[in-house]
This record gives sequence, structure tokens and C-alpha cells, in this order.
Amino acid sequence: MRFLFKTSYADDVALTKHGGQKFWYGLLMVALVLAPWALPEYWLAQLAFVLIYAIVGLGLMLLAGFTGQVSIGHAAFLGVGAYTQAYLTNHGWPFPLALAAAMALSAGTGVVVGVPALRVKGIYLGIATLAFGFIVEEVFARWESVTGGNAGLHVKAPDIFGWKLDDDASFYYLCLVLCVLVTVGVLNLLRSPTGRAFVAIRDSEISAQSMGINLAYYKGLSFAISAALAGVAGALYAHKLRFLSPDQFSLVQSVDLLLLVVVGGLGFVHGAFLGAIFLITMPQLIAIGKDWLPESIGQAAGLQAVVYGIVLVAFVLFEPMGLYGRWLKVRTWFQLFPFYRKGMFKRQKAFAKSDRLK
Amino acid sequence: MSDTPLLSARDLQVRFGGVLAVNKVSFDVGRGEVFTIIGPNGAGKTTVFNLISRIYTPTAGTIDFEGHRLSEVPPHRVAELGIARTFQNIELFEYATVLQNMLIGHHVHRKTGFWSELLFTAAARRAECEAREEAEKVIEFLGLQHHRDSLVAGLPYGVRKVVELARALCTRPKLLLLDEPSSGLNVEETDDMAFWIQDIKHDLGITVLMVEHDMTLVSRVSDRVLAMAQGEPLAIGTPREVQSDPRVIEAYLGAVEDMSFLRRTEPFKRTRA
Repeated sequence: MRFLFKTSYADDVALTKHGGQKFWYGLLMVALVLAPWALPEYWLAQLAFVLIYAIVGLGLMLLAGFTGQVSIGHAAFLGVGAYTQAYLTNHGWPFPLALAAAMALSAGTGVVVGVPALRVKGIYLGIATLAFGFIVEEVFARWESVTGGNAGLHVKAPDIFGWKLDDDASFYYLCLVLCVLVTVGVLNLLRSPTGRAFVAIRDSEISAQSMGINLAYYKGLSFAISAALAGVAGALYAHKLRFLSPDQFSLVQSVDLLLLVVVGGLGFVHGAFLGAIFLITMPQLIAIGKDWLPESIGQAAGLQAVVYGIVLVAFVLFEPMGLYGRWLKVRTWFQLFPFYRKGMFKRQKAFAKSDRLK
Repeated sequence: MSDTPLLSARDLQVRFGGVLAVNKVSFDVGRGEVFTIIGPNGAGKTTVFNLISRIYTPTAGTIDFEGHRLSEVPPHRVAELGIARTFQNIELFEYATVLQNMLIGHHVHRKTGFWSELLFTAAARRAECEAREEAEKVIEFLGLQHHRDSLVAGLPYGVRKVVELARALCTRPKLLLLDEPSSGLNVEETDDMAFWIQDIKHDLGITVLMVEHDMTLVSRVSDRVLAMAQGEPLAIGTPREVQSDPRVIEAYLGAVEDMSFLRRTEPFKRTRA
């Protein structure tokens, strides 16, 4: 068991809480930097996908897990980022400028979608974002002069002021750098007043407002950041696939993203990464599992959707804290051995909440 | 008490459809006093609180706080003016630690903007440390050291009440609104609460406006009391005056001479008698 002795407020503010964390995260970074030499091409590509999904996952985690605003149309932001990046890159913009534009445009649409969040909550907000997702998908399909419509759109390789990143390794590093920057940024926000304002809105809007938190501003900000991160991920996604079509940003993609944050663990930054790993490895596992199943089931269309559905239901029922929550429990079990009690992570039932705010 | 009142309410009226929840309520809260609103259930006490913290807007009447007309202030600016509150049913941020809850209370005094927080500049780091230093003073004042880093979701009810008080104090208020500070607390915890309210008044110099049912606590800490029934004010004065006012007694009990048995009888005395 580890005891933390904090001797200054700086210790309390620090990102890593103890030497062990520094060591393990350092080791992870070294492993990620060395990955292009160690991994075969296919797995390196998968790792790049994990990083891309982790970025959009972080955005959705900030919105759904920390601000408590559900979005079932997040693929739309991903799509706005992807198409902006594709269009601008094909028109000769260098990567950083196109990325900034993709981020800005996504953030802008995020704010627009955030407006109903000031009035509607919970499942109604979910429906509003769902509708938005359908609208955007339709726009991608119909605005053929820009998006190429259902025929699709080819995307050139990223070009950083003349430095072309057209091989797998260099593109992987690009994803890694952006992912690290985004993660640090999100962690910084979460340990400062902005992040705490998000958490306050999630847990009790009425008392957040009495503490002087401007609900409209912070909800809008949360949508903007979340959409901006989806925009970054979308830009990388466009370059990764080299080809965009509207059906990549359909409802299925949005549900996948929601699955990512729920399975990873709502309200944990780690959850976004674990969820991204889950989302990328799951199809491989299903492909392997297919051979073991009887042909009538293994070769049936829609097997993946069914498995995803079952997994989501199972998590909601048995492990609402997601993969990261499971890891916390396992870790606590070892730390406290043999004193772990079954009810340790049981949440006390919340006391009656007043619901007086409108 | 100085001459200009800190808060003054004039002819407040709130109507929810056909229900007149609050009607013709006027009172002044002077600087440095403990002012209590009492009354039977449904008297409109909490509604008056919600008018002050701008959760409701009065249909008629005005509330002035240090020269600000409160009905013209947006709800999230009320805390900035120096009005903090607690809730009847406890409205803490459950999945945050006690310290984080208190730091959210410190939100109105934030000095950093979005970009410096995103980059966590030296200024942001310094501001974070300062905020913690200030929260630490409140932790010490209320004896919350033991719960500093625990998640609110796992705390017992009595501690949550104290944490809510701590969070309100972290906004550095001039006026503290306490909605039933002793509800759900046992005798000792109520005692502690009474001491804290007195300390808040004397040591921190904060004006307290509270709603309370426990008459022992009310007469112990309040300078003045306003009694309400069915949305209308009945009597205003010292705790003793109000308790002996015939209209107040009638509102509570119907026409009965004495309301002393409404007070919490002390358990030990009763067994000895």
C-alpha cells in the first residue's frame, strides 16, 4: 500500500502524484516512441487509429463524462473536421493551417449545437444532437462541390510547409505528438477552475450557478472544446484513410464513440484511451472469434453490431465505471490485500436532489 | 449594526399560477447580524431564499443588496456580489472531493483565463496554490482535515452539511444564506453548527440569513427573527418577542397558550425528571 505525503500545495497541483506514476508513464512514452521499429506495419496503423480515437474520445469524455452533456451526434464534429481538412489540403493548404481551420470550424459548430443544451437536458439533449448528426451527414452527401457527395473524396498526404508525411511511421509520430498535446491540455483544464466548473455543472447545475458559475458560458465552452478535439481527430482520420465518404460519419460512428467513453469509463481521462483500444481491437477479436463459431452465426451479417450491443449492455449492467473502474478495483484489491471488501466502490445512494432550476 | 442595511427586501411577492407563495414580505438584514426566518412548512421561507439567490424572480417588490437591485443581476453574478448559500437538501458536487468542492466555491475569485489554464502557466499554478491555501483556512475553521481528499459521495449526511457550509465560506461572502442548517443533524452536530454560526458572525464578520425549524438553535444564535405563515409575514423582532407573539403561536398550533413544547426537549433532562 502506498501512502502519499503531500508537503506542499505544488504537490497537490502536480500532474503525477508520485514517482511510480512518473516511471510508468515515462516507460509508456518510450515504448510509444520506439513503436515504429518494434511493430509490423499493420499494427502501427492500428496504433495510429487508437491515438486518433483517443483524441476524439477525450473530447467526448470532457463533454459527457465531465460536463454531463450527452452527445449522440459526435461523428458530425469528426466529419466537419475531416472534410475541412480534406478540402483545404486538396487546395494546397499546409497541414498546420488546415488543422487550425478544421479545429475552429468544428468548435464553431460545437457552439451552435451547444445552444439547445442551455434549455434541454439529458435524453432530450441526446435527441437534439442525434438530429444534428443526421443533418450534417445529409449535408456531406448533398454538398457535392465541396465534399464529393456519396462518390467520396480523396485526401492528399499531410504536408507541413513542404515536409511531406506520406509514410506510416512519420504519420504515426504526427498522431502521437498531437495526442500527447491534447492529453496534457485536457489534464491542465481539469486541474484548473475551468475543469472544476464543468464537474460542478455535471453534479448540480443549481448549486453551480449559486457558486457563480455561468452555465451558458461553460456549457458552450465544453461543447466547443469537445467539438474542436473531434475536429483534430477528424483531420487525422481524413489523412489516415485518404478517402472520405458521408457514411463514415453516420449514426453508427456516433454510437461507436459513445461506446468508447462508456466502456472506457465515464469521468476518467484514462477511460478515453482504454475505450479507444477497445474500439480498435474489438473487430480483430471478433474476426478471430468468427472461426470458432458455427458458420450460421460466425458468417452472419451484423455480428459486430450485435457483439457491440451486448458489450455495451453488459458494461452498463455490471461495470458502470467502465474498464478504468475495473482496473481501479483490481488495483485496490492488490493494494489492500487481504482487506478488500466487496462493497468498497458501492456509491451511497444520493440524497434527494432539489430540482428547482426551471 | 450600522445604519444602512446590507440587504433590504420590500413588498416581495411571488405568484406560481394561482398560488401566492410569498406576499407583502419586507425585511432588512443589518450588517453583522444573524437574521432567521421561521414558519410552518409551506410558509414561503425557502422561496424567499430562492428570490435572493435569483433562482426565482419576484412578481412584485424589490431586493437591494449593497446598492445593487438584485432582480437586475444575472443569477451567476449573485455570488460575485458576496451572497453565498447552502441548500435544504444538500447540493454538493458528489463525484468530486471535499477540497474540489471548496475550490469550486472559490470560483468567483479565479484570476486565470482559459488559455493560461490550458497551458497551465506559472500564473495558473500560483493561483491554484493560493486557492488551496485559502481553502485550507476554511478546512481548519470547520475541522474538515480528515475528509479533505475524500469523495463527497462516500460521506455521511452530517459531514456533508459541514462541507456545504465550507463551500459557501470559500466564496468569501458578505451575506451567508443557510437553508435549514440543522435539518438531519443529531443533537451534538446541531450544537457544533450553533457554535460555527456564532463564530462566523463574530470571528469572520459575515452576516447570516437563515431558515430554521429548531427553535433552540434559533434562539441561541439569532439577533432577529421573522415569522412567516402561508407566504405572509406575521411578526418580526427578537427571538423571545416573536415566540410569544400570539399570531405566531396561532400559526403553529392554533390558539394555544404556550408553544414551549415545540422546542427540542433535552433527552437527559427528561429521563431525570
